[in-house]
Amino acid sequence: MRHFIDRRLNPKDKNLGNRQRFIRRAKEQIRQKINDSIQNRKIADVDSGETISIPTRSIHEPHFRHSRQGGFREGVLGGNKEFSSGDRIRKPPAGGGEGRGKEGSDSGEGDDSFEFALTRDEFLDLFFEDLELPDLVKKDLQEMLATKPQRAGFTTAGTPTRLAIRRTMRNALGRRLVLHRPADAELEEVEAEIARIEADDDEDYPGLEALYARREALQSRRRLVAFIDPLDIRYRNYQPRPQPNSKAVMFCLMDVSGSMGEREKDLAKRFFILLHLFLRRRYDRIDLVFIRHTHQASVVDEDTFFYSRETGGTVVSSAIEEMLKEIEKNYSPREWNIYAAQASDGENFAGDSEYCARLMQEEVMPQLQYYAYVEILDEREIELFANPQVGAALWRAYRGVTTSHENFAMKRVARAADIYPVFRELFAKKEG
Amino acid sequence: MTLLAPAVKRAKPLFEGTEWTFDLLQRLYEEIEIVAREDLGLDVYPNQLEIISSEQMLDAYASLGMPILYRHWSFGKRFARDQKMYQKGLTGLAYEIVINSNPCISYNMEDNSAALHTLVMAHAAFGHNHFFKNNYLFREWTDAESILDFLDYARRFIAACEERYGLLEVETVLDAAHALMDHGVFRYHRRPEPTRREVEERRRRIAEEQERSYNDLWRTVPRDPSRPEPTLAEIEAKERRDALHLPEENLLYFLELHSPILRDWQRELLSIVRQLAQYFYPQRQTKVMNEGCATFVHHHIVNALYDKGLLSEGAMLEILHSHSNVVFQPAFDDPRYSGLNPYTLGFNMMCDIQRIVTEPKEEDREWFPDLAGTGDWRAALKHAWANYRDESFIQQYLSPKLIRDMRLFVLSDDSEESFYQVANIHDERGYRHVRRSLALGYDPGTADPDIQVVDANLKGDRVLRVQHTVRDGIPLDEKDRDLALDHLQTLWGYGVSLVAVDRDSGAVLGENVAGSDG
Repeated sequence: MRHFIDRRLNPKDKNLGNRQRFIRRAKEQIRQKINDSIQNRKIADVDSGETISIPTRSIHEPHFRHSRQGGFREGVLGGNKEFSSGDRIRKPPAGGGEGRGKEGSDSGEGDDSFEFALTRDEFLDLFFEDLELPDLVKKDLQEMLATKPQRAGFTTAGTPTRLAIRRTMRNALGRRLVLHRPADAELEEVEAEIARIEADDDEDYPGLEALYARREALQSRRRLVAFIDPLDIRYRNYQPRPQPNSKAVMFCLMDVSGSMGEREKDLAKRFFILLHLFLRRRYDRIDLVFIRHTHQASVVDEDTFFYSRETGGTVVSSAIEEMLKEIEKNYSPREWNIYAAQASDGENFAGDSEYCARLMQEEVMPQLQYYAYVEILDEREIELFANPQVGAALWRAYRGVTTSHENFAMKRVARAADIYPVFRELFAKKEG
Repeated sequence: MTLLAPAVKRAKPLFEGTEWTFDLLQRLYEEIEIVAREDLGLDVYPNQLEIISSEQMLDAYASLGMPILYRHWSFGKRFARDQKMYQKGLTGLAYEIVINSNPCISYNMEDNSAALHTLVMAHAAFGHNHFFKNNYLFREWTDAESILDFLDYARRFIAACEERYGLLEVETVLDAAHALMDHGVFRYHRRPEPTRREVEERRRRIAEEQERSYNDLWRTVPRDPSRPEPTLAEIEAKERRDALHLPEENLLYFLELHSPILRDWQRELLSIVRQLAQYFYPQRQTKVMNEGCATFVHHHIVNALYDKGLLSEGAMLEILHSHSNVVFQPAFDDPRYSGLNPYTLGFNMMCDIQRIVTEPKEEDREWFPDLAGTGDWRAALKHAWANYRDESFIQQYLSPKLIRDMRLFVLSDDSEESFYQVANIHDERGYRHVRRSLALGYDPGTADPDIQVVDANLKGDRVLRVQHTVRDGIPLDEKDRDLALDHLQTLWGYGVSLVAVDRDSGAVLGENVAGSDG
């Protein structure tokens, strides 16, 4: 009888179905957590798994069970040291003494939370759900970098199309030399000699027998030591390597004057994250540059960008000028793919918008791959500004840029779901 | 001068070091089997041993240790929790999982060393296996032959339901059924349902008897005025309850049969969950005995192998190290204490029985007159393994010596008082109390709340009346009670009322309702 079965090679993800059901079950709470965590994450880190902890409420499994408090109960414990029967032990003050003491237990349980790890895919799935991305786009963003086969030495196995002729011949030559395979010339020489003697019809020529023997030896040696042996054959080896993408820089421009509140910044952050995910798909290395502006602009780190407040007016052109300076200093368009994303509530210092538009037209756009501008509005305002023709000064000025540059996109956003359409063209164009 | 020579020539150890191969496992298995069958005389199902990886062990954890199980989010939750704990290093994984089936399947972890494999095979493939095959609870209540087929059927059926009626519909029913799972078991054997013919026959006989013994005189006997004649409503209620076989403690069974709203497939889901609960019920009742039996068996077998020289000293040390980890019992005031360790208690009791049978003291003769000094400990243990469950086993076999050795004491907690009281300790006066109290703690009938369906008027308001019989004033956990009641209401469809009644006084302590407007 056979007693042992090796199950180690059986499929492992037996619990996948259960896990999907579990995540669906706790979805609302998980999503809440993800939204929170997006605020705490760096833009470039969004794209990774996450350990989250959710309240047990929705995943609690109730059953009829005895309360921990109340009534009379007995228990047997082990390891008595000094007690003798009749001894009394004072109860700890929190739980008991006052009848049921249920308040204590209830609040204690309310704090329970359940911690587990989400994978990258699960995390992105839930993140995308808010953004209402089409499936195709989601899939594309989730996929790891494309790989490209790259030469990696030689192998002894492969397809004929990858035969490395020079390497094969070199091996063959070396082997032939070592094993003393008679060269063509050597054989020909002997054969010529034989032919000459036979032509003379001098059958009694003393060396003829020896020559025949020598020819025989040479030929059999040549049969034994092949010209090309399977041992010699080499194929070019290819290994999948991540696509050697060039590098990109992404400029995040944001108006941080008082009118940009928490909600506006959160939407802006999602907008930046999404652009980053798009770029991440195409470039190995992405630099992020954060430029915030009020009436003057400065390059800051991510935390300052999103979470510190500034007071002052709003001069959009200051940010654009800052970006141009940065490009000139560190990011030459010849080496870098430059992307920029700007978020603003649409306000600008009177007269500055025209200057912005001119800067864009003449200096910025020629150097950039793509420029996306979102104007973050209130849910109510979006109705008023349904018509793209209508808008504040900055909006109208940028309209002009759209017509002359295809790689300039602008959009009004009031909900997270409005963000994606900004990228639609960018995505469609590159795929096409 | 003479040298002491070993009586039996010692064999060469089967292995050195930790590496194992399937060949080695096979040889170990054969040696273990010899000891198990010839020395201990164990009677086991054929064994099927499967080697699995740690991930697969986590999978098996999540599906209640079963090789196949239907899909439900709670198993995903369990998996996520166990995985997290394991990855953080908070818990190790079990060395093995064994399934009560025929053939008896045990899962062994691939990371186990050769020595551990020896221990685990002796423990699971012979200890647990013997217990499953011979204990009366398992024999009566579980069907080892068909459990795997049943699980496979359940999985297919539930998957088909999900496909047909949607995930949510199925989940609603399963959630509710899981909430009532503890109250979805038969605790006592039911008489088989009488056939229609038997019922007819009985009715006919009763009518004949009445006719034969009719005597008009009885009508003239004065009635007892303190017992008023039952009203029509009361008679009807009694008939109604009799027709539904009430009271009924198996809530799932009752719902499956009588719920006014469930469709056939939903009833089948309840039936599946109920059968699963019933399958696991014996394991809940025999934790101490089952582990005690397996631990005793592995301990005996590895010692026998060592005596034969089949295990090297290094291997034996490793085995003993694992063994003492398994039976480690921290004292009650130790931070690691989390109740009595069933392995320790079980193992100690088995060893104690062996001692009582072979080397009894005066005290043992007094306490166990039928057992002390009978000499055949193998037969005594096998008898105990076959015919008891934890509660009766402890009641029967826990000896004063063991109570002293483990220094057991009873602590009582009256919520009216501001102190706990040490009710009894390991002394002459306390033995019986300790024993009774400990035994009761292992009876699921006592540990689970006593909840029964008492009435349901299907022709009237259709309110399902459920009664919680309160023992010693211990109430239900309120939060869970309300949630579970909602689940019950989901399955019943109409109003549900849960009445708490004190067991001793019969006083109504409170009522909770769900969906009364239903």
